[in-house]
Amino acid sequence: MTQAAKPPVRPLSPHLQVYRLPLAAWLSITHRMTGVGLTIGTLLLTWWLASAAYGPDAYETATDFMGSPLGYLMLFGFSVALFYHLCNGIRHLLWDMGKNFTIAQTNAGNAIVLIGTAVLTAVAWFLALV
Amino acid sequence: MVEFTLPKNSKVTSGKTHKAPAGAKNVRNFKVYRYDPDTGANPRLDTYEVDMSTCGPMVLDALLKIKDEMDPTLALRRSCREGICGSCSMNIDGGNTLACLKPVDECKGDVKVYPLPHMPVVKDLVPDLTHVYAQYASIEPWMKTETLPPSSGERLQSPEEREKLDGLWECILCFCCTTSCPSYWWNGDRYLGPAILLQAARWINDSRDEATGERLDNLEDPFRLYRCHTIMNCTNTCPKGLNPAKAIADIKMKMVERAG
Repeated sequence: MTQAAKPPVRPLSPHLQVYRLPLAAWLSITHRMTGVGLTIGTLLLTWWLASAAYGPDAYETATDFMGSPLGYLMLFGFSVALFYHLCNGIRHLLWDMGKNFTIAQTNAGNAIVLIGTAVLTAVAWFLALV
Repeated sequence: MVEFTLPKNSKVTSGKTHKAPAGAKNVRNFKVYRYDPDTGANPRLDTYEVDMSTCGPMVLDALLKIKDEMDPTLALRRSCREGICGSCSMNIDGGNTLACLKPVDECKGDVKVYPLPHMPVVKDLVPDLTHVYAQYASIEPWMKTETLPPSSGERLQSPEEREKLDGLWECILCFCCTTSCPSYWWNGDRYLGPAILLQAARWINDSRDEATGERLDNLEDPFRLYRCHTIMNCTNTCPKGLNPAKAIADIKMKMVERAG
């Protein structure tokens, strides 16, 4: 009797390469990314606060940076991440209570989270700059 | 573990084109994932030009036409051709569904057909389901009782108790949901995935079952249950219109409720 040849290691079928992720899945990964972004952004805010405690010179350095184009960009990104994480976080709370699980409710939730993020960010910057 | 790219032996190469017969008018291109374990070569994407004027409306009709008339080496699972056996689940046009329930007309452009995502491939469109079946066995999907059955021989349910199983018993274990779940892609070795958790909920919610606590104990685990992050791909893709995400949330709530 001949020995059967060892079968080759089975290939893994394509996943991210072929799967067309629904919007809800994109918003889910965005929730995680904004969470990471907020952690980094909080370090920035801590630096700002700490500099105020440290003294006028340090505070000026910090405010100068925050007022620079790069500083504004980072603050803008931080605010978007904050409001997105807030809106989507509320949705996660509702999900954890067993609510809003139909596809129609999920799609409506997608829109509410995105519009909510845009509106809250716009209002915050309007109040900050005007 | 999170790995965004495919291993070297799994990268898909371009394959052969099988031309439509001369004179075919209504031709659709089917791009089908092929893997031949006999050669062990990397998987490839073959193109089949199918004459839709002599083909049924569903993707399964087209795949069987390919197998019957163009290329008998194509391997796929199918049985009932009406969405009740769960055999022909695959990734079509970027989403997981049953080939027998997916009209070709719903696909845009070339119809892309892959096996269920992130699974070991036996051949072509046939994934190895050994692991997911073992996970199914791990939740002990049968009725467990301590008490003796009533003298009538039947354990009765009220209509209300029976209603709690609606949306759960209809699952045909096609694993479209499980293999659509990124969390299962990255942690499928330990995370049970939506299909198995929906089945777990089916027994947890059964008024006649007397092992509810034991079943919840078995799921009280950072991986088996709690890798669900409500990504919602499962519910979005279920070809039977069921809601695994909701079933999982219900189990999580039961965990909290019993903790008091």
